[in-house]
Amino acid sequence: MAELALRSLTKAYGQTEVLHGIDLEVADGEFVVLVGPSGCGKSTTLRLIAGLEDTTSGAIEIGGRDVARLEPAARDIAMVFQNYAIYPHMTVRKNIGFGLRASKLPRADKKERIAEVAEILGMTPLLDRKPSQLSGGQRQRVAIGRAMVRDPAVFLFDEPLSNLDAQLRTQMRLEIKKLHQRVGTTIVFVTHDQVEAMTLADRIVIMKDGHIRQVGTPSEVYRNPADTFVARFIGAPSMNLIEGRADGARVALASGGEIALARGGGDVLLGVRPDDLHPVEGPALIEGRVTVQEPLGPETLIYVETSAGEVIAKADGRVPPAVGSTVRLGAAPEDIHLFDRQSGLALA
Amino acid sequence: MTDAPLTEIPERVKPSSDALLAKPRRGPRDNAQVIRWILLFLGGVLMVMPIAYMISTSLKWPHEVYNVNLIPDEPTLENYTYVLEDGRFYNWFWNSLIIATLTTISNLFFDSLVGYTLCKFRFPGRTLVFIAILSTLMIPTEMLVIPWYLMSQQFGWLDSYWGIMFPGLMTAFGVFLMKQFFESVPDDFLEAARIDGLNEFQIWWEVAMPLVRPALAALAIFVFLGNWTAFLWPLIVTNSVEMYTLPVGLSGFGDEADVAWELIMTGAAISTIPTLIVFLIFQRFIIRGVVMAGLKG
Ligand SMILES: Nc1ncnc2c1ncn2[C@@H]1O[C@H](COP(=O)(O)OP(=O)(O)OP(=O)(O)O)[C@@H](O)[C@H]1O
Ligand SMILES: [Mg+2]
Repeated sequence: MAELALRSLTKAYGQTEVLHGIDLEVADGEFVVLVGPSGCGKSTTLRLIAGLEDTTSGAIEIGGRDVARLEPAARDIAMVFQNYAIYPHMTVRKNIGFGLRASKLPRADKKERIAEVAEILGMTPLLDRKPSQLSGGQRQRVAIGRAMVRDPAVFLFDEPLSNLDAQLRTQMRLEIKKLHQRVGTTIVFVTHDQVEAMTLADRIVIMKDGHIRQVGTPSEVYRNPADTFVARFIGAPSMNLIEGRADGARVALASGGEIALARGGGDVLLGVRPDDLHPVEGPALIEGRVTVQEPLGPETLIYVETSAGEVIAKADGRVPPAVGSTVRLGAAPEDIHLFDRQSGLALA
Repeated sequence: MTDAPLTEIPERVKPSSDALLAKPRRGPRDNAQVIRWILLFLGGVLMVMPIAYMISTSLKWPHEVYNVNLIPDEPTLENYTYVLEDGRFYNWFWNSLIIATLTTISNLFFDSLVGYTLCKFRFPGRTLVFIAILSTLMIPTEMLVIPWYLMSQQFGWLDSYWGIMFPGLMTAFGVFLMKQFFESVPDDFLEAARIDGLNEFQIWWEVAMPLVRPALAALAIFVFLGNWTAFLWPLIVTNSVEMYTLPVGLSGFGDEADVAWELIMTGAAISTIPTLIVFLIFQRFIIRGVVMAGLKG
C-alpha cells in the first residue's frame, strides 16, 4: 500500500500556477528523491505534503488518510530544513526533544526516545551543548534527530546537505542512507544535485517547470530517459545530442555519419553519453577535432569540435588523443538513445 | 600576526642623531590621531559635565549652588539625608518605578506581538496597518497631550497610574523595531515549530521571542529610560502630590519662591541608580548574531 500518495496536486500563487498536477505514489519504507532545476517546484511539493502551504487542488494521502486539510502537526510527518532550523537558545537535548513538544507521551518515555535517537546519531556526548558549539554536520544531525524522535510515517528533507562542504556532504549522504536502512521510514528527499539523487534514491522523481518528467529507479532514469530533458539532467557530463534523420533502418546524422538502427522515424535527436562515446578505428558515428582534454585519472574527457557542434567523449587516460588532432568517435548501438526532435520524447 | 611589525618597530625606535636633537617627527597619521583624541575628549567632557554638575550640586550647601565651581567649598551629605528622610521622595520613586516597569513589560509584550504579526503573517491590509502605525511616529507628544487629557478626563483616568501609563503602553517605535528584528528570524524556524505541533502563540513566545532577545533588551532600555524620565505628560495628568512621578516631584522641590537646586540634583542623582541597574541587566543581552548561531555554519 502506498504510504504517501499525491493525486493531481496543483498549487497556484495568485494567478501563477507553479505545480500543474503532480501524481506520485510512494511505497512504505521507500526512499524517493525529487530532483530538478531551481524553481521547478520541488520545495513547493514538499511544503504541500508537510502542510506548510495549502493545496490549490488535488489530494494528499498519508497512510491512507486524506491529510490535505489537516494541520502540519496532525499529518504524521517530520521535516528537515536546508538551514537546519535548530534553535540556538536550546541545548542539543532540548532541540531534539522539541520534536516531542506536542506529544502526549509520558516524560520518561520522551527521555528514553531522546536518548535512543541521540545514540543512533552518535550525538550522546554532545547532548548538553548549544548549537553554536557544534560543527555543520553535527547541527544537521540534530535537525535529523528532532525529526526522528517523532517517529513519523514520512520524513521530508528539503536540500538538507546543500549547506555542507563537499566532503561532509558525501559523508552525511552516506549516513542518511544508512539511517534509512536502519529505521526504514518512508523518505521524500529534495535536492537539485543529481549525484545525490542517484546515490540515495530507491526511486527518482525528475521535475521541471511544475511537471513530473519521469519517475524511476536510478538505473531506469539513467538508462532509459523519457525525454531529452531527463537525458541531459541525469548523468555528468551531460548526454550529447546530435541532430539526425531516422528512416526505420538507419539514422543519418546531420554531420555526415550514419548508423544502422531499426528505431524511430523522421527528425530525431541521437543521444549518446560521454561515457559511451569513445575514439574508434573503424566506422565512426561522428568525427572532429579535439579542443580540450580533461584528465580524470583512468580516463580522460575530450571535448571534440564537430560539424554538429561540440560533443564530449571519453578516451583512455594513458594515451588520450592530443589537443588539435582529429578523432573518430563511435558508440555501441545499445548505448544510443533516440528522441523525437519536436517533442523531445524518447523513441523506443 | 605576521612578523612585519617586528621588523618595523626597531627601525623606528633606533636612535638617530637628529632624533636625539629634534622632537620625534609626527607624520600625518599621528596628527589625525591627535585631532581624533581631542574631539573625543571634548565630546566626553560635554557628556560628563551635566552629570558632574549634578553630583557636585547635590553636595553643596544652598548658598553655594549658583557658584559654578565643580568642587564644593564645603562638601556635605546634608541634601541626601534630607531627600532620603523626606517621605515624598520614596513615594515618587515608587510611582516612577511601577510605571516605568509596567510600561516596559507592556511594550515588550505588545510591540513584539504586533511587530511579529506584521512581519511574519500575510493578510489583507497588512501594509496599511504598518503605515498607519508608523505615521503616528510623526505626531509630536506636545500635540497629543490635549486629546489625551480630554480623554483621561472623560474616562476618569486623571491622577491615576493608568492615566500616566496608557499613552505609552505600546509605541510605534517599538513595533517598528521589533518588526525589523523579526525579519532576521528565518521562516524555517517557525515552520519547523509548526510541524512540531506548536500553536501560533507558542511559536511566537517560545521560538521567535528568544531569537530576538537583543532587540528586546534594547527596547527595554529605551522604554524604561523614556518612562523613568518622562516629564510633560505625568506633570499634566497628575494633580495630587502622591501621584507624582519622580521627575515631576523633583521639579517641585523647594517652596514657591525658590527652586531648591541642591535637592533636585540630589534626587536626580539618586534616581539615576535604577536606570543604571536596568542598563546593566539588559546590555549583556545585546549581543549581536545570536540568531545566526542555529543556522548554517
Ligand atoms: N510564496 C511564493 N509566492 C509566489 N511564487 C512562489 C512562492 N514560492 C515559490 N514560488 C514559485 O514557485 C516556483 C517553484 O518554487 P520552489 O521553491 O518549489 O522551487 P524549487 O524546485 O524548490 O527550487 P530550488 O531548487 O531553487 O529550491 C518558483 O517559480 C517560485 O518562484
Ligand atoms: Mg527549494
